Amino acid sequence: MLEFIKQPWHWSVAGVFIGLTVPVLLIIGNKNFGISSSLRHICAACIPANIPFFKYNWRNEIWNLFFVFGVLLGGFLGTFGLANEADIQVAQSTIDDLRVFGVSDFKNLMPTDIFNFDNLFTLKGLFFFIIGGFLVGFGTRYAGGCTSGHSIMGLASLQWPSLVATIFFMLGGFAMTHLGLPIIFNLINK
Amino acid sequence: MKEDMNPGCDAPNELIQKESFLSNIKYLIVGTLFGIVFVKAEIISWFRIQEMFRMQSFHMYGVIGTAVVVGMISLFVIKKLNIKTLNGEEIVIAKKSFSKGLIYGGFMFGLGWAITGACPGPLFAQIGSGYLVVIVTFLSAIFGTWTYGLIQKHLPH
Repeated sequence: MLEFIKQPWHWSVAGVFIGLTVPVLLIIGNKNFGISSSLRHICAACIPANIPFFKYNWRNEIWNLFFVFGVLLGGFLGTFGLANEADIQVAQSTIDDLRVFGVSDFKNLMPTDIFNFDNLFTLKGLFFFIIGGFLVGFGTRYAGGCTSGHSIMGLASLQWPSLVATIFFMLGGFAMTHLGLPIIFNLINK
Repeated sequence: MKEDMNPGCDAPNELIQKESFLSNIKYLIVGTLFGIVFVKAEIISWFRIQEMFRMQSFHMYGVIGTAVVVGMISLFVIKKLNIKTLNGEEIVIAKKSFSKGLIYGGFMFGLGWAITGACPGPLFAQIGSGYLVVIVTFLSAIFGTWTYGLIQKHLPH
């Protein structure tokens, strides 16, 4: 059984589990699935700075913080308890594309040549951690949700604004991958 | 099942009955299972996101597509059978309203998604997986959210 769990899971298995999160959260406590809202609650709880957007009863939404802490814990258990034994199998065409940019580690879930503390105070760190993170936090709040709140919860409940959001998430991702990353890697590798 | 036309946030708590601090443990458990799935299906991988945006693998499309269909069927069943919450309340779905932020903000998030290889959920799971430098990305994301709050009224919506 454990042997079986330790293989990487098929996309359909993951999709079913993630999809079931929607009804499970509703049935156990009438909670609408969404994750990026946790970042707002953290701001409201820790650094509200008298900004109206952060003045609300975040304690009423505390379930969301328990949920994301669970996600962190799950990341730990999944990695250190039930880890996939084989290296990740990245598509060969993706490997070829990324090698051009100087990415050389394809063994782990994250390329250690980028996601590494040594890069923190370099141009690489500025783009991949600081600017990337800022765009995620700012963009999700401006859009009122992320992949979970819009693309899963919103699309599953047939709400067209979430389809608009999802389309622009994808457009942004395509633009960065095909137009932005070549420029960024060019700057970094100079 | 009914709609909340004016929810206070995008993943609102719609339960009327008050919950004790400890009863929140159940959300921690669901989150933990969710995080395990994230790691086991390699959804937290920067490479899987790159494959998706390069259209070189079906993996992420399969994950998100299946999740949407399963969510859709679940909500349909909840509605048809008039399923209630465990404590007997009517299930409430928060209404998403249109704003230009969906376009501008959505595009910005997409840019960040392709750089970091993470939406907010995987950020937490990446940190749990031992990629501790992602804590910096996470703090920057909090700062991004905070900055949005600060300048919100000057942005087109």
